[in-house]
Amino acid sequence: MTTQVQIADVVPSYPSPLKEFWQSFSHNKGAVVALFIFLCVIFCGVFAGWIAPHDPVEQYRDHMLTPPSWAEGGMSTFLLGTDELGRDILSRLIHGARISLFIAFMSVLMSLIPGMVLGLLAAFFPKGAGTVIMRVMDVMLALPGILLAICIITILGPGLINTMIAIAIGTLPSYTRLTRAAAMAEINKEYVTASRVAGAGALRLMFLTVLPNCMAPIIVNATLGFSSAILETAALGFLGLGVQPPTPEWGTMLSAARDYIERAPWVVTMPGVTILVTVLSINLMGDGLRDALDPKLKRAA
Amino acid sequence: MFSFILRKLATVIPTFIGITLVAFALIRMIPGDPIEVMVGERKLDPVMHAAAMQRLGLDQPLHIQYFRYIKDLAQGDLGISLVTREPVTKEFLTLFPATVELAICALLFAVLVGLPAGMIAGLKRGSVFDHGVMGVSMTGFSMPIFWWGLILIMYFSVTLGWTPVSGRIDIEFDIAQRTGFLLIDSWLSGEEGAFKSAAMHLILPTIVLGTIPLAVIARMTRSSMLEVLREDYIRTARAKGLAPTRVVVVHALRNALIPVITVIGLQVGSLLGGAVLTETIYSWPGIGKWLVDSISRRDYPVVQAGILVSATIFIVVNLFVDILYGVVNPRIRSAK
Repeated sequence: MTTQVQIADVVPSYPSPLKEFWQSFSHNKGAVVALFIFLCVIFCGVFAGWIAPHDPVEQYRDHMLTPPSWAEGGMSTFLLGTDELGRDILSRLIHGARISLFIAFMSVLMSLIPGMVLGLLAAFFPKGAGTVIMRVMDVMLALPGILLAICIITILGPGLINTMIAIAIGTLPSYTRLTRAAAMAEINKEYVTASRVAGAGALRLMFLTVLPNCMAPIIVNATLGFSSAILETAALGFLGLGVQPPTPEWGTMLSAARDYIERAPWVVTMPGVTILVTVLSINLMGDGLRDALDPKLKRAA
Repeated sequence: MFSFILRKLATVIPTFIGITLVAFALIRMIPGDPIEVMVGERKLDPVMHAAAMQRLGLDQPLHIQYFRYIKDLAQGDLGISLVTREPVTKEFLTLFPATVELAICALLFAVLVGLPAGMIAGLKRGSVFDHGVMGVSMTGFSMPIFWWGLILIMYFSVTLGWTPVSGRIDIEFDIAQRTGFLLIDSWLSGEEGAFKSAAMHLILPTIVLGTIPLAVIARMTRSSMLEVLREDYIRTARAKGLAPTRVVVVHALRNALIPVITVIGLQVGSLLGGAVLTETIYSWPGIGKWLVDSISRRDYPVVQAGILVSATIFIVVNLFVDILYGVVNPRIRSAK
């Protein structure tokens, strides 16, 4: 009698998947701190219009190249100083968060979804479509990413949407390969055979039976893809091919700042530190995610 | 072993053909033709435009242009630059060593620092050193390298005045080109201070280009080391009473290096990409900068050649890595 009561007590207290995930994730202190920083960046991006102390494109002609407030000659109205046209750097960075996060998010989506579809196709039809898809991916993988992106932007012209497309095309092969590899491992398992025998069509097998079981590595890769997309957006902006001025984009800000390296180092330092902190927090978060989602990798790393 | 190499080669050929197609197609999809770009803003006479296009062979149907391109390529001819009228091969040969020199130095820097750091971190898991290495490599991995380059210039060149800001060597030196590698050429020239100048110019670009590979190699070595140290054969080696250094160096390191070799091979691709940014920051006269400039000038043959060559390097290096893999691990050699 007593044993029965005990079992009844134990079963409902089994943690929900979400809670279990959080327990795993919060084990990694760095990842939790990174998550907090990243949420701050997202918050800045979403509410940029309310948080930013100044208009990001407003030029205060009387206060060009004002140093940060803590430095000599700094002003409290311009916390991080102003750039060569007298624009408030802090406000530009806050608005830049919106642009960078938006481009990164969209480009990850734009390569993740086609990548998953192509990877599943390649896994399910290894003879015909699979061979063709994987050969094309090999070719794309052999081209240096930034060079491919530069070519694509030169074809399409610089700008916000074209930056997303260029980055998305460059990262497509990694998602395709990853999905294919994960799907190949699942495809011969019994539950897939069972589903097939039960009469499930190819589409159902692909997207409802196999895909959910391949998600862990894909999610981890998408996190890392998000951070490299931010880096690549900034690199293209730095080369003058990304988002065009006066739009406040982190890389574009750096590109303009190059000439002021000696006179106004803060113009160079601030955008770079922002990029570094953002990318670092996403990567640390990715590590935590990988540990939480993929227990097999946890022991290895 | 021979059939293993042949099998690997066979998989590379379709990729290579694909790359010639992509290189050929990409550059022709860019709006505006080279004549228009050369003329610039001025009005262009349609008759002269047609004549110029004919002279360059750009009036032919695309498939004929492509086959002519492949035919020339098979003979090692990469065409003539539309802007400088010099053979692409010749221009390429003067610029390529600059990039290779930089890339080799960067990779050496990455391996010489990253491998031991990752190894020690793996051996002393959980120590202060381990946390330090992991923290630094995570930061390096997240580094926007174009900014990193600017910061290094700001500190070492502008504030301290230790290193030059850009270029490969001070202009007062006129070094005859023998190998194309300035470190070697300046050494051979015997001119006083030339080697030092070349080396000083190399330091910052090497660090900038090597940062990401360094971070990746350190992380990979550490995790691979941790994995290998758990294996049964390590326990056996220890149980046999072998000296701890022998266990680590002979038994663990050799096996731990297998995934590290792959990662180093993959880093060659990121080195080529990183070279575009690094060369731009340091005005390094290599193929990365040359390519970016050529794209904006619509110099078809140069861009075609550049894309082809960088992709070929990537393929060849990874082919080499695959073969090396087979050498290190016989099981891979026989696998179909």
